[in-house]
Amino acid sequence: MLAVPVVLLAVVVIWYAAAVYLNWDSAAQFADEGASRLDILQATMSLDRPLLPPPHQLLATLGDEIFGWPVTSPRSILYHTAVTASAAACGFVLAIVVGIALAIGIVQTRTLDRSLMPWIIASQTVPVLAIAPMVIVVLGSIGLTGLLPKALIAGYLSFFPVTTAMVKGLRAPDPMQRDLMRTYNATEAQTFRMLRWPSAMGFLFPALKVAAALALVGAIVAELPTGAQAGLGARLLTGSYYGQTLQIWAALVMASLLALLSIAAVDLAQGVLVRQRGGRL
Amino acid sequence: MAVDAAVIEAADAPAGAGIAAAAAAPAVEARGLSIVFDAGGQRTVALDGIDLAIARGDFVSLIGPSGCGKTTLLRAIADLEQPTSGTLLVKGMTPDAARQARAYGYVFQAPALYPWRNVERNVMLPLEIMGIPRAERRARAARYLDLVELGEFRRRFPWQLSGGMQQRVSIARALSFEPDLLLMDEPFGALDEITRDGLNLHLHRLWRKTGMTIVFVTHSIQEAVYLSTRIVVMSPRPGRIVDIVDCTLPAEREPDLRDTPDFLAVAHRVREALRAGHAHD
Repeated sequence: MLAVPVVLLAVVVIWYAAAVYLNWDSAAQFADEGASRLDILQATMSLDRPLLPPPHQLLATLGDEIFGWPVTSPRSILYHTAVTASAAACGFVLAIVVGIALAIGIVQTRTLDRSLMPWIIASQTVPVLAIAPMVIVVLGSIGLTGLLPKALIAGYLSFFPVTTAMVKGLRAPDPMQRDLMRTYNATEAQTFRMLRWPSAMGFLFPALKVAAALALVGAIVAELPTGAQAGLGARLLTGSYYGQTLQIWAALVMASLLALLSIAAVDLAQGVLVRQRGGRL
Repeated sequence: MAVDAAVIEAADAPAGAGIAAAAAAPAVEARGLSIVFDAGGQRTVALDGIDLAIARGDFVSLIGPSGCGKTTLLRAIADLEQPTSGTLLVKGMTPDAARQARAYGYVFQAPALYPWRNVERNVMLPLEIMGIPRAERRARAARYLDLVELGEFRRRFPWQLSGGMQQRVSIARALSFEPDLLLMDEPFGALDEITRDGLNLHLHRLWRKTGMTIVFVTHSIQEAVYLSTRIVVMSPRPGRIVDIVDCTLPAEREPDLRDTPDFLAVAHRVREALRAGHAHD
């Protein structure tokens, strides 16, 4: 139980040390003539544009960006977080639906197994950074802007683990378990519902955690290339344009929290299923 | 030797006989049954010219060394393997029709329970597939779990039970839809001898109580003699019937029966037949 606070304390100590080291040069540069080392040390803690803000400065910035503005204001970090979160969530749902549908098609139809899988693998070799601006521009030209293109990119990036896990999971039942269904003269649909689907769940949930994190990456990446007006990706972009390092760090913290939250949500859903199954997935 | 003796009570019912004839037909009837596996150009004759009739209400054991085709014969009766030549009738029907009529219950070498279902829901699986109403499903599961003395474990999950208990659940599952033909493929092969003796006693009482037909694959002479009314001795490469031993022990079989001269005499006959089968090599 002591491990968590100890690790946290170590991280904070290292963080402060790194902040002093990284911010020293610019602090020294702006310091008055004849400033002592102690003055410079103090200055590293409160630069306007620190390379690495110390924890308390970052917390203060976050506090201001969260509580200093109404939630609907474009200056509120919560507003931007919500924009990205909704795109990531839509992309995640899309990835689950499409990913599972593809897996079912591949498992149930021989021709799809042969024809679809190479394309699915090929789709993942295309760097998403290269394809994201194209998708945004093309969809924008036919009048589709805002949430949908971002959700598509988030879904594109995150369906793959879902598909591969479900293909493996739906094929997991051993010959004896399948023979059993045959002796009951079960239909294909019954075999799917009572054998293949439940046995795939143990494969699906670990993949969902990966997919949730990827959907968030996809949503942020989709906000970067076209200079989107809102979202954490936009905050990162404008922050780097104007050298607002505090704004960048605040956006990064919110993105991490969002990822943690989405993985916790998957864990919660998995927990419900595990309870139904008497403690094992 | 004595292959002709295999055809006992060979009903002369022609194919496509009426329902009345089917009702009187033997539980299993094989004539000149051969099964050849052709895997990658390598031909394996699993069964060669099997003639066998199993009367209703009999407890018939198939015994022989590994590779003698006893499991293949059982799987062919269950329509899990297809005959290469010859005829095979199950209750006067083709194996396929018998399977579709859910004419038999099958117990595999391993329990093959679905780990995501608790004991009760595992027993209810065939009933769910057969569309039996919920209340009836529960009642039947309770009845057959009580029969295998596992009523108090119905809320447990398979991994919380011992191997012997799991196999008893799988027997309850096979009985739950009340087939009058039970096919068992070395169901106790993976269990220790003490558990196995207990389950044999159990199974024998169950058979006496229900009056069902049981076809039982084993490689244990003791087990075969203790349980059966008739013992079909098989030899490998190609799988053939060497002898059929009538087991004329009293109907009531207590564990001590194993030490009586009558028991040892039957066991001796079976061992002799097995040795004769090996002499063919």
